[in-house]
Order: sequence, then structure tokens, then C-alpha cells
Amino acid sequence: MSVKLSSRQVGDVAVLDVSGRITLGEGSSALRDTLRDMVSKGQKKILLNLGEVSYIDSSGIGELVSGFTTVANHGGQMKLLGLTKRVKDLLQITKLYTVFDVHDDEAGAIRSFA
Amino acid sequence: MGKNTGGEAETVDEFLDSTLDSVDSAENLVLDVAQKAGFPEEDLHKIGMAVRESMVNAVVHGNQYSAHKKVHVSVSKAPDRLTVTIADQGKGFDLEKVPDPLADQNILRFSGRGMFLIRAFMDELQVRRLSPLGTEVTLVKYLERK
Repeated sequence: MSVKLSSRQVGDVAVLDVSGRITLGEGSSALRDTLRDMVSKGQKKILLNLGEVSYIDSSGIGELVSGFTTVANHGGQMKLLGLTKRVKDLLQITKLYTVFDVHDDEAGAIRSFA
Repeated sequence: MGKNTGGEAETVDEFLDSTLDSVDSAENLVLDVAQKAGFPEEDLHKIGMAVRESMVNAVVHGNQYSAHKKVHVSVSKAPDRLTVTIADQGKGFDLEKVPDPLADQNILRFSGRGMFLIRAFMDELQVRRLSPLGTEVTLVKYLERK
């Protein structure tokens, strides 16, 4: 299964629910395009829900980094929600876990943007 | 596809097109052998990921999606290990010149984590230049005795 993306608004936070595989090709470009679209529409608070992401490769990690810096460069914040163990392990060995603001529960993550 | 069975070792190999579909094909080919060899689920994930990253390097950076170039994937199963070789027909690269993705100045780089992940997930990694063109990557994962 490739990646599936669906966005919803919770207060002033845009939550992007991601499921499937974020790998080089369709998966990573879909995530990149969606994040850029949200930023171009002026969205400053983006919560990326990765709870249903089964697999992510180095290209997918690159897209997370790229999204993070793109949002920050536009004066916004992108945070991560619900990492699976494998995604968390990957972010830890690449030293990115402490770069991202990572949350386990959605309500707490939404509040953290305030 | 070739298949060689000699004693307890078994080798399967395939020449794949330089496309992203071949990344999936190589992963499936290797995981099929690794599964039969008895690797646990977590190791299968690591082997699959290392193969994907190596294939992406071969297809994208090595052969640059050329329709005239192939990627040769070979997987051998021995009683104590799985050995995977992935060879492209590209211009090659110098492993020493790949920037350290963990260095502070590189942490937020978009790319450059593939070789690092391969090293992290496999027990051995060797890279060698082929003549006249190409790079061959050899990955080894040992089967832990229970």
C-alpha cells in the first residue's frame, strides 16, 4: 500500500493523518506536495499524525525534514504525533528524534501549539 | 532468474530494470530467501530496508534510471548468514565522500542517510568499484543461533 493522506482542522491546527508507506516515489512526493500546499495556504500549525505509517525509508525521512524546515521557514511549526516503534527507532538512530517535537496523544499535541 | 543450489548454500539472482518498481522486486526477492532462512521479523524489516536503500542508490544514483542499464541482484543463503550483492552499471561513487548524516551541520539535510541506514541495519557492508563501470554493494546479515 502506498501512502494515504487526509487533513482535518482542529481549532487553528491542521492535522495531517498519514497512513501506509512513505518511500521514494509516489509516497514521498505526495507528502511533500501536501505539506507545501498547506504552507502556501498560510497554515502555520501543522500536526503530522504518523500513527498508521507502517514503513518509512531514507527518502521519507528526508521529506519529514524538508517539511519541518519549510514550515519553519514560513514562520510556522510542524510537530509529529503517534510514532510507531520503527519510525521512532529510525528517528533516534538518525539523531532526528530530538529535532522534532514528538507527541503521543493528539489533545496534548494540539495544546502544545498554543 | 537464476537459482543455484550447492550443498547447504543457495543463490538466487536476477537482472532488474533501472526503475523504482525494481526496488520492490529486489526487496521481495531477498525477503523471500531471508524468510525461508529463518530470520526473525525485526531482522526481515532491517534486511528489507537495507536492500531498498541499496537498490535506490543503484537505480537512481548509479544507473540514473537508464533503460540501457540493469541492476544485478544476487542473494545467497548459507547456514549462518544471508549475503546480498547489488551491482549497478553507473559511474560509481566514493563512499568516503558521503557526508556524515549525524554531523550537526548535516542533521537537517534532505538526503544522504541511505548508506548510514544500510550500515546500521546490516552486520557487514562492502562497496567495490566494478570495471569498466559500476558499483557493487555487498550486504551480510548473520542468523543468530537460538
